[in-house]
Amino acid sequence: MRNPQLNKHGELQHLLTLDGLPRAIITQILDTAAPFTEVAEREVKKLPLLRGKSVFNLFFENSTRTRTTFEIAAKRLSADVINLNVATSSTKKGETLLDTVDNLCAMHADMFVVRHESSGAPYLIAQHLENTGRDHIHVVNAGDGRHAHPTQGLLDMYTIRHYKKEFHNLTVAIVGDVLHSRVARSQIAALTTLGVPEVRVIGPKTLLPTDVEKMGVRVFHSMEEGLKGVDVVMMLRLQNERMNGALLPSPQEFFKVWGLTAEKLALAKPDAIVMHPGPMNRGVEIDSAVADGGQAVILPQVTFGIAVRMAVMSMLGSH
Amino acid sequence: MQLPEADQLIATLAESMRPRVTADTCLVGIHTGGVWLAERLHALLGLSQPLGSIDVSFYRDDYSAKGLHPQPQGSRIPFDVEGSHIVIVDDVLYTGRTTRAALNELFDYGRPSQVDLAVLVDRGGRELPIAASFCALTLPAPLPAGQNLQLERDDSGALTLRLIHA
Repeated sequence: MRNPQLNKHGELQHLLTLDGLPRAIITQILDTAAPFTEVAEREVKKLPLLRGKSVFNLFFENSTRTRTTFEIAAKRLSADVINLNVATSSTKKGETLLDTVDNLCAMHADMFVVRHESSGAPYLIAQHLENTGRDHIHVVNAGDGRHAHPTQGLLDMYTIRHYKKEFHNLTVAIVGDVLHSRVARSQIAALTTLGVPEVRVIGPKTLLPTDVEKMGVRVFHSMEEGLKGVDVVMMLRLQNERMNGALLPSPQEFFKVWGLTAEKLALAKPDAIVMHPGPMNRGVEIDSAVADGGQAVILPQVTFGIAVRMAVMSMLGSH
Repeated sequence: MQLPEADQLIATLAESMRPRVTADTCLVGIHTGGVWLAERLHALLGLSQPLGSIDVSFYRDDYSAKGLHPQPQGSRIPFDVEGSHIVIVDDVLYTGRTTRAALNELFDYGRPSQVDLAVLVDRGGRELPIAASFCALTLPAPLPAGQNLQLERDDSGALTLRLIHA
């Protein structure tokens, strides 16, 4: 079966997940992003690559940072961006997802950036476009349920490459609520594809998926053990809104055991970098002293995110 | 066809530019051959402004037909474009589309006071109203479309013009 993200020429047709995306494509996205970082320093912060194209931001779930960075990325490529606040529109009146998509196609959409609380929603849209012969319309997954958040995974890889240059000699730890995290799934897929020899996940048993070892990671149930000698610490947000039932005693208790403090970070390599996809819960998964400290690269992640999203959209829009 | 030595053409080009450049003139090479050529001209003319480079991948008008170059190099303009005298440098002038893309990109950095175009060879075949301000060699007849004329650089840094038959 053909990879649903690639067209018959092997080019990126949709970006749905990093799981199964060829290493060459991931590397091409990172390479393409590099020159885009410089555009922000120009008098005119725009490139003409998507001039005349319409990008629809279709957010069925709230997000400020991701939606904004997608919007900035599309605008820097000269696209027209239409933000749909779907939570307050036609779907509330009973319209189905694919009917919404068909209506927007009738308005000559060229690209959909989709966030949805259900895993697989962007794939459903991509499949629908293919079944109806609309190959010129592209879908970017901006986060679906617990499944994937591929542009976050890519911007994390860009950040790691920026600071560490190579992947083949790294030990990377992903810390916290892996169970509810689509970000963690995308990170693990990308890190293993890019050849990181040791990917660790650190967290309480209740917040790790039961079959997490099958994703090719080493599992640690202790911060002290798991952080020892790592090059990169990737913190995850504690996703209170996705939890039901008593997975945790309290945020304070969580911080005591799993929160990243300067003392725990000292167990990692001295030049280790600290990442976080945002929004941060200070005092829950990360201490302010670490979040604002010299090893944190959390704000550069946001800046790189724009260049990486420009790279994805320009590659999709080129065919 | 016998192609002249690149070094000889570069010397000719530098001499034709000399009366028109000042200490404040800025050179911008177009990737990749134009950057090598601009480095040579920069040294020969003794210019003091840092050298700029442009990768027109993001400004090409055939982007939707050909797609993105798999490894764009990016552009580097290390001087203030506003009010400057800029010479765009390319190895070969052909359709004029690369020059148009480079001009568009340059103007996104500011408004230069004057822009010139310096090329080693004009191979004919223009599709846009663009002409070089400085040109070391104009071919007597346009090259057929299937042929590719380009500057090449070996490991020692020596430049040669090469004609490739498609």
